[in-house]
Amino acid sequence: MEKTSRRGFMGKAFGAVAAVGGVASLVAMKQTWDPLPSVKAAGFTEVDLSSVEANCLVVEKWRGKPIFILKKTAEMVAQQDETQTARDVIVEGTHYMIAIGLCTHLGCIPAYAAKKEIFQCACHGGEFDSSGLDIKAPPPSPLVIPPFNVKGQIVMLGEEGPEYKKMKEAGILA
Amino acid sequence: MAHFTKATSVKDWLNQRLAIEKVEKVMASEYWIPKNINFLWAMGMVLAITFGLLLVSGIFLLMYYQPNVETAFDSVNYTIMQEVGYGWLWRHVHAVAASVVFLIIYIHMLTGIYYGSYKKGREMIWISGMLLFVAFSAEAFSGYMLPWGQMSYWAGMVITNLFSAGSLELNGVVEWIRGDYVPGQAFLTRFFMLHVLLVPLAILALIGVHFAALRIPHVNNQDGEDIDFDVEAEKYLAGDTKGSKVIRFANDFMSKDMFVVSIFLVFFFYLVFWNYGFAMDPVNFDPADGLKTPAHIYPEWYFLWSYEILRPFSKDVGLIAFAFAQVIFVLLPFLDRSPNVKTANKRGLFGIWFWLLVIDMIVLTAMGKLPPQGIYSTIGLVAAIGFIGLWVILPFITAIEKKV
Repeated sequence: MEKTSRRGFMGKAFGAVAAVGGVASLVAMKQTWDPLPSVKAAGFTEVDLSSVEANCLVVEKWRGKPIFILKKTAEMVAQQDETQTARDVIVEGTHYMIAIGLCTHLGCIPAYAAKKEIFQCACHGGEFDSSGLDIKAPPPSPLVIPPFNVKGQIVMLGEEGPEYKKMKEAGILA
Repeated sequence: MAHFTKATSVKDWLNQRLAIEKVEKVMASEYWIPKNINFLWAMGMVLAITFGLLLVSGIFLLMYYQPNVETAFDSVNYTIMQEVGYGWLWRHVHAVAASVVFLIIYIHMLTGIYYGSYKKGREMIWISGMLLFVAFSAEAFSGYMLPWGQMSYWAGMVITNLFSAGSLELNGVVEWIRGDYVPGQAFLTRFFMLHVLLVPLAILALIGVHFAALRIPHVNNQDGEDIDFDVEAEKYLAGDTKGSKVIRFANDFMSKDMFVVSIFLVFFFYLVFWNYGFAMDPVNFDPADGLKTPAHIYPEWYFLWSYEILRPFSKDVGLIAFAFAQVIFVLLPFLDRSPNVKTANKRGLFGIWFWLLVIDMIVLTAMGKLPPQGIYSTIGLVAAIGFIGLWVILPFITAIEKKV
């Protein structure tokens, strides 16, 4: 009887040590897989809008992701409804679409069909209009608008400017 | 302490220390296999040999492969393919075996389903087998990342995005898996680790469990006959080898097994030397580019059926359907409510169910390869719904099955 209880105590002691060690090592393992600080501090990307041509997609890179910049023609703007226009970034009277160029379904890069003025995703057939709104499933939501700050003709990606904050409050970022 | 005597031979010396005669009996000469089986029972050995081919070719590839986003592509496509003597052989063996192993796995699985080899004590064989399928899928996917071509990168992007769980938007989980916002260096190195160490370890352990699961219920036979292995083994050992329903695993059954393996190897090396192209996607001969999606992304042929179940639905429904397809096969022993261990064609509705499942998976595979447009989308949707429907009705049609 004494023997078994002593054995029981040793078993429980080992269990306690193993549990503490196990949980502690899980913490370490989880953090080892986290993105590195150098990756997180990927920083900011500056885009000059002055050389962008209308209805011709420009793709910039920000945090390893493609950023779509589409300058809209006057006709495109005229045909838009309110929800579409609400997503436009307006710089000195010109409307631009700025969005992360990854399909909100599973992250492929949609291609821009300039004639149809829509984005088409080759992976699973999703479509977005020229404002980044999803118009054909499977994507469940519009293209995501990245943090941006407009300074004249320069757009700084990664900074939250006043226009971006307004969109954020209105809940139209994605 | 055990009693050791002066050894009379090397064998006796080993026998005293390792009991090699006993081990040989347990593992080979007195491990009993039924006589009424056919060539489909050799698929396990074919898989073991194919795994061996993957291991050996992988060891040689590992000597020159560099898991670095700058150099990975060239280390495969230049160094291994052009500089290393016979480097091309290891690569083509590895690529062809990775593809063919799934063909054999599917044959092995469908054999098990057709002959009812997953019930009455054989559930753990089936479950460990399905876990092996999952481990092999992880191995195939992680290996596909390593050449760091366009398909590697974009398959990595799409598959890791699945872990955001649709509308739950768990982007933190996806970034954690990648170690970056997009697949990059951290991603490549960790998938390299998974491919060459962790997943192979899991596979080896699971193979051990899979073999061990066979010991007690023994392998099934093509008539679903309930053989008393102890009685039949006694008969065999008493000299009535003709009257006994069983044979020794080695060398008797192994000789048949290895004969099938030799036919398989002729076919396999024919593919390696003359028709390896199917295992090498042309798109993956472009280096990874995060700013350019290939025109049409599709997985290797063996994942197409489950990919097609994901594709025709909206995001959340697609994910649920996909998750369903991934786990449902594991539950087969419990969804099949009939006690019959018989070939599918003798089981009435189950026979029809089996062939519908095979046809449906072939249709899904074909549609998964085609662009998601027009009639293909519709056929894919019907086949995906059909797949789910087949599994939903399985418990009902097997519950009303007559005892045969």
